[in-house]
Amino acid sequence: MRIIPNEMESLWTLFTAPVVWALHFLICYVSVAVYCAKSSQISFGFDVVRLGVVLVTIMALALIAMSGLLAWRQWGFGTHDPPHDDPTRHDRELFQGFATLLLSGLSFVAVIYVAMPLLFIAECSP
Amino acid sequence: MSGFSQVVRGQAVERPPYPRSPLRYGFIPILMFAHGCAGIQSTLEPTGAEARQIATLFWVMVIGGSVVWLAVIGTLLYAARWKGEPHSAQSAGRLILWGGAIFPAVVLMALLAYALWLMPSLRPQSGEPPSAPLRIEVTGEQFWWRVSYRSKNHEASIASANEIRLPLGQRVEFVLKSSDVIHSFWIPSLGGKMDMIPGRTNRLSLLATKVGIFRGPCAEYCGTSHTLMAFYAMVMDPAAFDIWLEAQSQPSEELASDGKLRFISNGCGSCHTVHGTEATGTLGPDLTHLGSRESLAAGILPNTEEAIRRFIADPDVIKPGSKMPAFRMLPEDDLQAIASYLKGLK
Ligand code: HEC
Ligand SMILES: [Cu+2]
Repeated sequence: MRIIPNEMESLWTLFTAPVVWALHFLICYVSVAVYCAKSSQISFGFDVVRLGVVLVTIMALALIAMSGLLAWRQWGFGTHDPPHDDPTRHDRELFQGFATLLLSGLSFVAVIYVAMPLLFIAECSP
Repeated sequence: MSGFSQVVRGQAVERPPYPRSPLRYGFIPILMFAHGCAGIQSTLEPTGAEARQIATLFWVMVIGGSVVWLAVIGTLLYAARWKGEPHSAQSAGRLILWGGAIFPAVVLMALLAYALWLMPSLRPQSGEPPSAPLRIEVTGEQFWWRVSYRSKNHEASIASANEIRLPLGQRVEFVLKSSDVIHSFWIPSLGGKMDMIPGRTNRLSLLATKVGIFRGPCAEYCGTSHTLMAFYAMVMDPAAFDIWLEAQSQPSEELASDGKLRFISNGCGSCHTVHGTEATGTLGPDLTHLGSRESLAAGILPNTEEAIRRFIADPDVIKPGSKMPAFRMLPEDDLQAIASYLKGLK
């Protein structure tokens, strides 16, 4: 069994990167909000939350990079130029690969932006 | 790409229908803009530590935005006017990748990082008293501000309303609440705004760096008279502030007048407190030192005897939706006597 499939058959791969972005966004905001609301009952410090978010961020970036890599492969590593607008199976695949690649790039940058506040915000406000 | 520039090139030949130089009128928005930059309620003329950082942030963003805008317009003009060969698909693609994706992503990241880096110092936390020597609790009410000072020099808190005084060069902690709907507390000259949310306590810390009178509006729509809800903030020399706060903690000296009797007998005391009298109501603003405040009725009227008289008679006209009942049925000399009594409460 292969972990990485040979071929992209489903439209769902298109959404992988934005879904990772959305989940990462939720995890960042929910974990900090819950921690700060309950900080009086929690024994570990805020730095643990920050470290956790850094780890989640690295995982999210890795997933998105992988999605981008697969998309790049599906797009033929850039050997074909857009627009892929012929009504053929081949062009549909190239189009999906290219679109997935662009979405992966967007999601990659967005995940970094979402995580950036944690670099600077070191405590809950009282 | 080349198709786009041809279309634009085609249009550029025709004369636009508006006057040839729209720049002629360019000074109008600039004048309007410049007018808003000065005065007692301006983020761009900072008189506090936090406001200074906000002003710097503003200028960094304006200059950064202008550079990006100029680059975009420059590229547009170049595309519209340039008469050479169209770019190859490859170099156009490179331009889009670098100019349209990588450059903006990096610039936005730098600006975002700068703004985030400022954040902790824009919201300094002075901690719980007694570490903060002065704490001012402000509660937003439709449509006025309940104010209460807590200082390390005084046992009890000192009640006031619709005006805030703070000592120069000392960090002051504001404890912000609301009794009805969301309001927002903002003294643009001194710092950023902070919402007042029912059921929550928000904190804001400000450090004033210049003596003067500044103005704060309610910055969150809170009902019919939202725009009539403001206050003055006075930054005072620390020594003068201490004397003033000490005086605030005492009842006002009373002038001999029967205004006080009429104030009590007409039931004003069921909503208003005047220290040292039997008026102990708390539904409306504390009036103990009303006469010495800069303004009347939350920053909207000059504090004169005449304005006090008018407000007592017609609060529903001056401030629609206000919880202060109208007393226009009172005889004129009652109104006059009460107004002069209240103006005398220094
Ligand atoms: C039902 C309660 C109530 C009664 C009774 C009442 N007031 Fe008021 N009063 C208020 C409220 C609430 C405000 C705040 C109005 C606002 O600005 O929105 C106010 C505001 C004022 C102000 C302006 C205060 C300031 O800080 O600038 C004056 C002066 C005043 N009242 C005088 C009187 C007098 C005199 C009487 C009696 C004749 C009286 N009030 C009776 C509720 C009351
Ligand atoms: Cu308000």
